[in-house]
Amino acid sequence: MTGNLPDCSAFLDAKGQVLRELPDFARDAETLITLYSMMVKTRVFDAKAIALQRTGRLGTYGSSLGQEAISVGVASAMSEADVFLPSFREHGGQLWRGVSMEELLLYWGGDERGNDFAGPRQDFPVCIPVASHFPHAAGVGLGLAHKGTGGVAVAIAGDGATSKGDFYEAMNVVGVWELPAVFVINNNQWAISMPRAEQTRAETLAQKAVAAGLPGEVVDGNDVIAVREATNRALDRARAGQGGTLIECLSYRLSDHTTADDASRYREDAEVSRHWKTEPLVRLRTHLVAEHGWSKDDEEALLRDSRTETEAAAERYLAMSPQPARAMFDHLYATAPPDIAALAKEMGDG
Amino acid sequence: MADLTMVEAIRMALSRALEDDPDVIIFGEDVGIDGGVFRATDGLMQRFGAARVRDTPLSETVIAGMAVGAATQGLRPVAEIQFMGFLYSAIDQLANHAGRLRNRTRGRLSCPMVLRAPFGGGVKAPEHHSESMEAMLAHIPGLRVIVPSTPARAYGLLLAAIRDPDPVVFLEPKRLYRALKEPVANDGIALTLDCALVVRDGSDLTIIAWGAMVAEVGRAADALAERGISSEVIDLSSLKPIDRSAVRASVQKTGRCIIVHEAPLTAGLGAEIAADLAEHCLTSLLAPVVRVTGYDTVMPYAQLEDRYMPDAARIQAAAQHVMEFA
Repeated sequence: MTGNLPDCSAFLDAKGQVLRELPDFARDAETLITLYSMMVKTRVFDAKAIALQRTGRLGTYGSSLGQEAISVGVASAMSEADVFLPSFREHGGQLWRGVSMEELLLYWGGDERGNDFAGPRQDFPVCIPVASHFPHAAGVGLGLAHKGTGGVAVAIAGDGATSKGDFYEAMNVVGVWELPAVFVINNNQWAISMPRAEQTRAETLAQKAVAAGLPGEVVDGNDVIAVREATNRALDRARAGQGGTLIECLSYRLSDHTTADDASRYREDAEVSRHWKTEPLVRLRTHLVAEHGWSKDDEEALLRDSRTETEAAAERYLAMSPQPARAMFDHLYATAPPDIAALAKEMGDG
Repeated sequence: MADLTMVEAIRMALSRALEDDPDVIIFGEDVGIDGGVFRATDGLMQRFGAARVRDTPLSETVIAGMAVGAATQGLRPVAEIQFMGFLYSAIDQLANHAGRLRNRTRGRLSCPMVLRAPFGGGVKAPEHHSESMEAMLAHIPGLRVIVPSTPARAYGLLLAAIRDPDPVVFLEPKRLYRALKEPVANDGIALTLDCALVVRDGSDLTIIAWGAMVAEVGRAADALAERGISSEVIDLSSLKPIDRSAVRASVQKTGRCIIVHEAPLTAGLGAEIAADLAEHCLTSLLAPVVRVTGYDTVMPYAQLEDRYMPDAARIQAAAQHVMEFA
């Protein structure tokens, strides 16, 4: 696998045609429907989050439009004992892992309590400073290996992250210490206004794994089956004590970078339109319709349920009272030093 | 009870922590077979195994960042940055992650890690090896910054840092690594963090210092005593949080204060302490608070190092000034 060229080992093409023998999990209708449902739910959630932001009820939000298969595919391969370290565009993976929509909204609405999710308790909150969570994944892998839990650290970031030293330095220690850590790149072709071609001359991002002595592979990030299968292989390797893997998932950012961005400043609509033809939901739906009897009613019910769930989560989020001001001191230290305790007291409960 | 140098006391504390708690692990550059460039970890890999005392690839970002990750998994990483001059790239991890993780997860995840780094001048080391940039670290919310001034203090404070549930940067004045010996018991007793220590009682003025400057202040205090000036010397020990009540209590008693640090003057910790005294002890002050510090320049190379470092003569001159003021 080391140093291979783009293979984009898709199982489904953009039209939903099966290109090669499907892995076992992908022959199971229920599994595919669960994956599809989460991708749809993620997209519905995304739309709601943007609507909330546009109406002044949510902070700046990074949409995952068009990249749902990466996040969901990766998370769906993970076990409960693994630790997910997401960047800020992996809502689908967080939802799959058990973070609630309400908690995600709370976080993006500017409330730290959104990171105190009920589950999965061991997962990291999203990492905003790009690539700086890859060293954490190495450390988490070290901890998991030290404790012998069989768990694996799975970190994910965008294509821009691969230009940072943190990414390479962390990959390097994962390689030399054979740590159970999987690094996933959501290559959505844009780092705010910087296209992938201006980020690096490297032919693939996956080939950067060569420098660390890790296997690196490129998969079609719009095919949830391919993403999950590649992640499965990487997790198996890590659990077998064979160390880390880098997976580059090719996709496209159909949205602006965040709600604070206007992508029309730096890219053509025609380019975006072209990529709508390869987005991840349609192909899986087509496959489900063709092979597993997915009906119009099923689709409508899924959309209805997703919207109901999202609306209910949004209502609960909007009904929450903000933390009292002193909450900014509550968790600074396990035990507040006198100065901090005095500040908290001064703030009172208002 | 053995007489130990500071570096020996640090090694004894590390060894004790490894013995007492199977979750303690040590990593950093050359900390394994080489025992660290200052030998602080000498023999520990041989004794506790390479899984617990481990050489990292050469990456300060990874040393600090991996400590953050490992700490969330129930380990107690004690990571070493070889010299403070190489710590800057680790500041990203300290400021963006270590100091914030507990707060941003409302206590769900925490970061019980120690980042050790030798700091300060006085040993004629090469360029980038003698800086005292502790104020940059003390500015970061959520961290603790600790500096020991004697072998026994180093032992007890390091144990406390390792057992603390939050991230601690432990700065070791390398000028003191082998400068003096004192009896240090391997009793496993941690000192209390967040506390300053009055190392000399006095009545005419308060002199505040930390690390290697505490000994320099001691020499100045001896000379001042011969001239009938009684100095109270405070080893601040904890640069974050600052034990403000101890500082204020001393200055309320003496009415005069000098702050001594190797770090440059501007935006140094002396400014914070002086401002605190202006706010809280104005009516007790008989003279301006005076800072005796490194200069606002790049740390000079070895040949001019002595001209840069605050010394007993400069401290005495400052004392003379505040005594003559009132």
